[in-house]
Amino acid sequence: MRFTKDHEWVSLDGDVATIGITAYAAEQLGDVVFVETPEVGKSVTAGEGLAVVESVKAASDVYAPLSGEVLEANTALAEAPETVNQAPEAEGWFAKVKIADASAYEALMDRAAYDAFLETL
Amino acid sequence: MSEETLKKTPLHAAHLEAGARMVPFAGYSMPVQYRDGVLKEHLWTRENAGLFDVSHMGQARLRGVSPLSAFEEVTPGDFIGLKPGKQRYSVLLNKKGGIIDDLMAGRPDDDGLFVVVNGACKENDFKVIDAELAGQVRIDRLEDRALMALQGPKAAEVLANHAPDAAKLAFMETAALQAFGVDAIISRSGYTGEDGYEISVPGEAALRIWNTLLADERVRPIGLGARDSLRLEAGLPLYGHDLDETVSPIEAGLGFAVSKKRRDARDFPGASRITAELAGELTRKAVGLKVEGAPAREGAEIADAEGAVVGVITSGGFSPSLGYPIALGFVPPALAAAGTELKVIVRGRAQAAQVVATPFVPHRYVRKV
Repeated sequence: MRFTKDHEWVSLDGDVATIGITAYAAEQLGDVVFVETPEVGKSVTAGEGLAVVESVKAASDVYAPLSGEVLEANTALAEAPETVNQAPEAEGWFAKVKIADASAYEALMDRAAYDAFLETL
Repeated sequence: MSEETLKKTPLHAAHLEAGARMVPFAGYSMPVQYRDGVLKEHLWTRENAGLFDVSHMGQARLRGVSPLSAFEEVTPGDFIGLKPGKQRYSVLLNKKGGIIDDLMAGRPDDDGLFVVVNGACKENDFKVIDAELAGQVRIDRLEDRALMALQGPKAAEVLANHAPDAAKLAFMETAALQAFGVDAIISRSGYTGEDGYEISVPGEAALRIWNTLLADERVRPIGLGARDSLRLEAGLPLYGHDLDETVSPIEAGLGFAVSKKRRDARDFPGASRITAELAGELTRKAVGLKVEGAPAREGAEIADAEGAVVGVITSGGFSPSLGYPIALGFVPPALAAAGTELKVIVRGRAQAAQVVATPFVPHRYVRKV
């Protein structure tokens, strides 16, 4: 698994990246009450909006950590947005994206680097 | 504003100890939520009793020869008719009938008028009152006093243990009394739609009283996040969002704050506009909306069934009690009837929304004791 400074996580299986938000991000957001996932087939660019997650208080953008094409969205979150709080780095994933450049994945932070980054916040 | 320049309420240390997430609000460092989080804090208040620190709000006594009649010069309320022991919701109006702030003003005793105004507006409010009523009233600000709100269906039984006399108050009644061993000013009122009290106490006693109330297992501390979602469900406007200097009380659905006597006398600031609005010359009206899909938040456009933009959301969010998004916003009067189908534009997409009566969640005020 790899991480971004915006608190997204990515796990890679072949050329398919599964993307979600980290446990830290879920804790900061508080109770998630609504998730807007991307449409299948949409092209996403690294650093641009992929999904929107909303707590009682506010809406927050989830950015695409990598560029590619959306293969699948976690539509179960529409009925059960609380999954993002309960299992942010597992069942609470947002989208699966077919990526063009696997080297971009390696360039993201690993767990140790992300944990060290959290220490600086 | 940097952390260093933010003011602290007398309860600041208690918030930190309780694991609050502190945010800048109205120039103060205030708890937006505690460890439970907004959703649980909200539901706890609806079912039990929530304790809020609202010491950032402006408390003052208006004193003088006849502070009640003087206060009528800046508000549309019947304050001459305000009996001892009663409190009124009112609005401070500018010359154009726009709302400078909304406030509570009461007579807990015979010592003038006790007013509580919004924290973010208090400096300007007291400046305006002082300028308009110079020579008639003296404003004695009570900056050494803390203010807390105890809200929820169990608030009355909790407070009865500490202030038996407060239990005799009905909704919008107020009293200066001895409670917790100090001179307290307690009113049965609040900003959640629930039964409850607002409790003004000397700042130096606030921490002890806060902890005394929290020692009751029915009481939990509640942050500003849940305060906002609770007041939204109760259909209560928030100054700076639903109300501002351009909004009149009639547009805002606060016609009850313009008393019959004052309507007849037309002797309040902006009377010509407000009288015309009461006669039907209204261009926008505040409504409640039930929103389908994503929450529509402040600033989101409201469109009619054909897609033409007709208004704007002034407050919106997810309703923890109802389980769906709700909002307040302005629309033309022709589209303000309950049941009207509208759209709200969220991130560029039109979502269905329906005008519904407010409050979204019924008030549970105790009007008779």
